[in-house]
Amino acid sequence: MNAGLEILVRLVIMLLVFVVMSLVVGQTEHKVMAHMQGRLGPMYAGGFHGWAQLVADAVKFVQKEDVTPRAADRWVFKLAPAIALAPYLVAFSVIPLSSTVVVADVDAGVLFVLAASAVGILGVLMAGWSSANKYALLGGMRAAAQLLSYELPMVLAAASVALAAGTLSLTGIVDAWHPLWLLWQLPGAFVFLVAAVAELKRTPFDMPVAEPEIVMGPLTEYSGLRFAFFMLSEYAGIVVMSLLFTVLFLGGSNGPFSDALGPVWTLAKSALISVLIIWLRVSWPRLREDQLQRLAWLVLVPLALAQLALTAVWVVFTSP
Amino acid sequence: MTDHQHSPGLPPKARGIIPGLIKGMVTTARTLAKPSHTSEYPDVKPHLPPRSRGVIALLEENCTSCMLCARECPDWCIYIDSHKETLPATTEGGRERQRNVLDRFAIDFSLCMYCGICIEVCPFDALHWSPEFEYAEFDILDLVHEKTRLGQWMATVPPPPALDPSSAEPQEIAAANKPVRTAPTGSA
Repeated sequence: MNAGLEILVRLVIMLLVFVVMSLVVGQTEHKVMAHMQGRLGPMYAGGFHGWAQLVADAVKFVQKEDVTPRAADRWVFKLAPAIALAPYLVAFSVIPLSSTVVVADVDAGVLFVLAASAVGILGVLMAGWSSANKYALLGGMRAAAQLLSYELPMVLAAASVALAAGTLSLTGIVDAWHPLWLLWQLPGAFVFLVAAVAELKRTPFDMPVAEPEIVMGPLTEYSGLRFAFFMLSEYAGIVVMSLLFTVLFLGGSNGPFSDALGPVWTLAKSALISVLIIWLRVSWPRLREDQLQRLAWLVLVPLALAQLALTAVWVVFTSP
Repeated sequence: MTDHQHSPGLPPKARGIIPGLIKGMVTTARTLAKPSHTSEYPDVKPHLPPRSRGVIALLEENCTSCMLCARECPDWCIYIDSHKETLPATTEGGRERQRNVLDRFAIDFSLCMYCGICIEVCPFDALHWSPEFEYAEFDILDLVHEKTRLGQWMATVPPPPALDPSSAEPQEIAAANKPVRTAPTGSA
């Protein structure tokens, strides 16, 4: 009974933290993007600099009609937003904020996170396929092609870190981290960051939802709360990917006074990464489909393999 | 982009995409650091230049009902009604005087195109530009501003801008400063 209650409390807290962090990232994107474009962004909702804009948006989305196209594959269409959001929630549950602050400490954490977040592809593909809309289908296909090709360099980069730490556990990787890794794992970090942005389907890799060509890609036919779920999953994805990047490459909770301030360090570092991802979106144009595939296969995969080889050699020569 | 910004001998394309990407990020970061261009209009009143054409104000005392403005108006949006009034002679055996009394002066701002010709042609400075612009209405008929409403706008008319530093004296002042004409001396 007590164990069940504890699990329930943990899950509720995690859900709250997850949603709040996603909304904070969304609000940050609103404001940072606006100021980078010389605008102010939301100013009214909530009174102080529009802090409640996304809450107001949610209220608006709830009121909207939930349209399902007549020709759509109803169940797949309705299930897709949940499939897109849930994997990030699952992945979030095993990422440690510090060695003690973690919802579920899994032994093969890296594997679990990558596997879980890869399921998100399915949601986008389901949405594109079931919408009975050619733009949605095109977008879904683009998304599938993009996510599959960027999955590989991402896994290779993560594997390099796991190899260096000698463990697949995320807490183990954080413990094994050393500031020298920043230099040594730099190519891997670069590959992982680029692949993460591509996984999130954000500019410059937003080919699947390119508005000028295919309306909104897989999300074209969605409205109301289901559309809001997709938007939330985008912000949730930023949260998960920046946390993961922090844990793998920036040493997670390592830092001055990490015993007391561990979670703060993790959150601060991942906040920086989130802002970086937003910054890239504001600054850069979109890659064409062929450029996008070229970058993945001709730049990132070789780079990740080289990093893996370097790590392997290092580990073999330095281990006793 | 000019040539001297590049390293000599290398066309922009040969230098790869990295400089462009960095430049993009620098630009957005610089914009982030600067204050934004947005004017928060309903909360903060806009700063309007002194000759802004917001609304036309009427100084009723100056109007002689001469109808010049109404006739020159390209849109025919000025309505003037007046009648003549006979004033009794002020001195014994004097002549009675007649003067125009303004009954109605209205400008239909749903027709007005803010050309300002009425203000230009008024010989007695009865019409003035005011920078006030917040008089939108729910009913188009309410955009006809009658005499009293036009008169109320007078309070918002800014003082005339100062003359340019080296401009000629205004006519009135020049006339007042002229030396008094004396009777011609001697016989011509």
